[in-house]
Amino acid sequence: MISEKNETSKGFGIKARRGIAYVVLIFITFLCLFWFYILFVNATRSHSEMTKGFTPFPSTNFFVNWKNLMEGTLPVWSGLINSLIVSSLSAVLCTYFSTMTAYAIHAYDFKLKKFIFTFILAVMTIPTQVTALGFVQLVSNMKLEDNFIPLVVPSIAAPVTFFYMKQYMESTLPLSLIEAARIDGSGEFRTFNSIVIPLMKPAIAVQAIFTFVSSWNNYFTPALILHNEKMKTLPILIAQLRSADFLKFDMGQVYIMIAFSIFPVILVYLCLSKFIVQGVALGSVKG
Amino acid sequence: MKKAKRGKVVSYNKWGYIFLIPFITVYVVFQLIPLVSTIVNSFFENYRSGLTQIGPTFIGLANYKEIFANPDIWIYAQNTLIMWVMGFVPQILVSLLLGAWFSDPSLRLKGQGFFKTVIYLPNLIMASAFSMLFFTLFSDGGPINSILIQMGILDEPFKFLSHVWSTRTLVALMNFLMWFGNTTILLMAGMMGIDTSLFEAAQVDGATPTKIFYKITLPLLKPILIYVMITSLVGGLQMFDVPQILTNGNGEPMRSSMTLIMYLNKHLYSKNYGMGGALSVILFVITGVLSLVVFKFSNNKEK
Repeated sequence: MISEKNETSKGFGIKARRGIAYVVLIFITFLCLFWFYILFVNATRSHSEMTKGFTPFPSTNFFVNWKNLMEGTLPVWSGLINSLIVSSLSAVLCTYFSTMTAYAIHAYDFKLKKFIFTFILAVMTIPTQVTALGFVQLVSNMKLEDNFIPLVVPSIAAPVTFFYMKQYMESTLPLSLIEAARIDGSGEFRTFNSIVIPLMKPAIAVQAIFTFVSSWNNYFTPALILHNEKMKTLPILIAQLRSADFLKFDMGQVYIMIAFSIFPVILVYLCLSKFIVQGVALGSVKG
Repeated sequence: MKKAKRGKVVSYNKWGYIFLIPFITVYVVFQLIPLVSTIVNSFFENYRSGLTQIGPTFIGLANYKEIFANPDIWIYAQNTLIMWVMGFVPQILVSLLLGAWFSDPSLRLKGQGFFKTVIYLPNLIMASAFSMLFFTLFSDGGPINSILIQMGILDEPFKFLSHVWSTRTLVALMNFLMWFGNTTILLMAGMMGIDTSLFEAAQVDGATPTKIFYKITLPLLKPILIYVMITSLVGGLQMFDVPQILTNGNGEPMRSSMTLIMYLNKHLYSKNYGMGGALSVILFVITGVLSLVVFKFSNNKEK
């Protein structure tokens, strides 16, 4: 009798806890998505509708706002294309060369191996901002201002991506496989390109997404380097929008500009979310 | 025959160096040289006053003295710390709670994939666009004020960006939203790694879920918690995009949301390389010390 009573109270406990968990989770989901919902609604409304106050339903002005933005003074399309170029190139270079660096440390034995590995780990958490001053001077000495090179090429040396690749390699790339390729007469460089890279595809995919997104979102460095209107990336345009005299602006355009820079990432994320969330967890267990 | 083979092994290993060439070249050119020249700059007087260029002349530690003598850096350091704490405390609490729920097999929560997807989403949003969004949402005539008035909570618009604490709260809220999903996933992975037999033993002994959480989960999570805290602190020191865009770079009201990197950014824009260099070196030392703690810690964990 007593034990039975215990059982039911325990069952109740779990049910109640589950209920609380769902309520909190739904609240947090609301907190995460609410802003983007308003963004979506307001991107479809005209400036005059918005001055009258907020309504929770979309209106019909989406394409008018879109047209206004496209015909406005902000170079939105070139911003989008610049962002795409910089982020894609960064993602490709970063993943390819990080894999190469990881392979060098993983597959070979050489004198400085331990030193270099320790060094890369040690500099992993040093933020780019603290070297920004020297970086900007270097870029202007090299006459590379208003050029994508200083935004793309540095991604070759990415300690965090390197570390992830190294961890992944330890679990998926047996040295005997490389040995077998050597016996079959494959050169070292060819082995890397035709055996290592395909085996590393899952890790490369995850890291390519992360590099792409962080480069897409980067504001600090591009703002210091790109001054020419035609070269600017989206985050700089957003900052320009913020510093423009706000009241003169058509709010419909402001919202659609924000949506324009946010929604592509959301769309890609929704398609790939499973990889991404797993990728974060994977990196953490090992890191 | 044997000798030839050994010779080959040695020649293979030189490929280790060859494959490291791109990383090392790029690292030296784009990070090491800038770091050194930043440090060198910090010992020189080098700025523009109007149209005249002053310096560069070597002045030793005078830039550092000037920075520390000026109350600004302390105010900005304090602002950065306050906004970091305001974002980090709720972040770690919510993440612990969600992590515990997600990893608790007896709860059997449905739709975990959905919730994880949603909470991680803000992390990928462009910080500057998110900040711009908040600026428009919380502006005097913006939707939030409009909603609050419609609901009868406010009589007239509240000027969120004209008050010290509401501005700081907005910055903290954005940082919280952007990072709690990431932290949740990290902590959850840590919780999943705990030996389940410990939980079972505790349950057999009649421990309540709360007790299990405090006496087993939390102590075993300590290494990950410290890792999360220090990496978040290093990230917090770099706080820039969100307050920069929200306040248009001036840290208003009354410079109460001006962060250290915003201060550095100002020096970079005005091309005051001496002061900028000194400030960079100070930030470098702080993050270096913090990184060393993380490094020591993750090394111990492996042992």
